[in-house]
Amino acid sequence: MLKALFRKKKYATVSVDNDNNYSNNIKKNENKKQDDIDNKLWTKCKKCGEILLKEDIKEDLYTCGKCNYYFRIPARERINMIFDKDTFIEYDKELKAGNPLEFPEYDKKLKKAADKSKEVEAIVTGEGDIKGIKAILCVMEANFMMGSMGSVVGEKITRAIEKAIEKKLPVIIFCASGGARMQEGILSLMQMGKTSAALNRLSDEKLPFISVLTDPTTGGVTASFAMLGDIILAEPKALIGFAGPRVIEQTIRQRLPEGFQRSEFLKEKGFIDKIVKRKYLKEKIYKILYIHTMGSERYE
Amino acid sequence: MSNDLEFEKPIIELENKIGELEKFSKENEVDLSNEIKILKNKLDNMKDEIYENITPWQKVKIARHKERPTTLEYIEKIFTDFIEFHGDRNYGDDNAIVGGIAILEDTPVTVIGHQKGKDTKDNIKRNFGMPHPEGYRKALRLMKQAEKFNRPVIMFVDTPGAYCGLEAEQRGQGEAIATNLLKMSGLKTPILVVVIGEGGSGGALGLSIGDRICMLEHSIYSVISPEGLSSILWKDASLAEEAADIMKLTSKDLLDLKVIDKIIKEPPGGTHKDLDLVSENIKNYLNDEISKLLKLEKKELLNNRYKKVREIGIYN
Ligand SMILES: [Zn+2]
Repeated sequence: MLKALFRKKKYATVSVDNDNNYSNNIKKNENKKQDDIDNKLWTKCKKCGEILLKEDIKEDLYTCGKCNYYFRIPARERINMIFDKDTFIEYDKELKAGNPLEFPEYDKKLKKAADKSKEVEAIVTGEGDIKGIKAILCVMEANFMMGSMGSVVGEKITRAIEKAIEKKLPVIIFCASGGARMQEGILSLMQMGKTSAALNRLSDEKLPFISVLTDPTTGGVTASFAMLGDIILAEPKALIGFAGPRVIEQTIRQRLPEGFQRSEFLKEKGFIDKIVKRKYLKEKIYKILYIHTMGSERYE
Repeated sequence: MSNDLEFEKPIIELENKIGELEKFSKENEVDLSNEIKILKNKLDNMKDEIYENITPWQKVKIARHKERPTTLEYIEKIFTDFIEFHGDRNYGDDNAIVGGIAILEDTPVTVIGHQKGKDTKDNIKRNFGMPHPEGYRKALRLMKQAEKFNRPVIMFVDTPGAYCGLEAEQRGQGEAIATNLLKMSGLKTPILVVVIGEGGSGGALGLSIGDRICMLEHSIYSVISPEGLSSILWKDASLAEEAADIMKLTSKDLLDLKVIDKIIKEPPGGTHKDLDLVSENIKNYLNDEISKLLKLEKKELLNNRYKKVREIGIYN
């Protein structure tokens, strides 16, 4: 296969950082056309700088084959990774953001986000099977306006939780969000209350909620459903916090220590049950759900 | 006076001028009553003009005014026998949130609120009304206590936001606020929320899930500060006034967006000009609404509360 031919091939290193360098500039221009073609196939690891074939990254569950860096995953890919093949039934895919505050440029931003992510909003919800166990899954889409939560995200999560109550199913939410969406102002903030209230009802029904924190989980999402899991899992090294690192640095006027607000730090401080590598997430979630179904059989 | 708000300056200048004229006419026994009458007329018109056209940014200024009454001042005016309780029974006591028990007319209640300082020293003690996680956990402890002993909970909201510091993160600021949202949505006793000053984002919301939410006329409530929004949008915090114009943070905006139930009137210029009047207005509102809420079965109370928060949001 064509893919196999490209595998492990290394891309010639061209400095594109130093624009003052005359010879490099010439080289860059010569290579530009070729770059455009290659950019569709290749991407650079944000951590180690390795040039990777996009097909390879996908194959490796969106991680860097060299340094194990975790790329952000499109919501659909995540769903494929967690649910059994062809079991996913999507909910509320028609729900779209309005512009309730008539916020300048918001319509344009929404359109751009939709083009970039190929999604209509920053979350995909639905039901499906995890190794045969039925569950409701909500996956945030970081490529849609940084996974920010506005009315649609809040509404879709709330409806998914209500559906779980109706169908007596567990809920799993994959968080990836910069927080509340400012373009919907106070309405975004109120989605925190709404989703948390729905989770309280789920809890009253004794249905399990597993929250999975991925990079980044910050702001209003952290201060609502992300931190409300009966079980809270996290991917390694994900940024997780209430305030963003830059805001904190501005407030306290000092640099933050290495590793601050990363999954490992939160686990150490007691806010995360377990850090699970991406490739083991499905298995781990399945086991947790399986143990919970055993519990409910006993009481039936 | 240095505490005057910028937009009130013409009023104050005219008031001073009238005062001078009155003094002059008295001392020199000159009849200036006609001139004074004209100026007083002008003053009335000016006040109407200015106070009826307060911009969102001017409201931000009023909401943050250093003479704006704080939670403890309202508690003193509205309730009797307030006893403050301290601590979250886990980590410590956060002075940015106060709480305790008191009596409203004849009803025992639990009162909780953000507490800003009245001067620099007090503000340092209160961390400018920006709570740490233990503040939210103290509030939740007192709410659970209220539920156990069947007392309605009254919340006063007035914070620039939850504190964004190293230790706040370490002790789980996000978790503390999230837990309050969840627990408040299911607390089996009435919760009434009064936004008295700044409703700063998640830090305000962490005390604001309830059966009734009202705002003082010139208070504000928003997802981010105008400075924060302008620095994100335009990379320039000094454009906060423009940000305030677009972000819909006034009591009127929130009533229109169906986020709050009621606006409580303030005197022209803000509550600091007449605390007694505003306290009376709040007290009347609380009394009316508590008696309605106490008549509901717990289940109905919680269903209504869920519906209330459930319905917020606008989408296509
Ligand atoms: Zn790498």
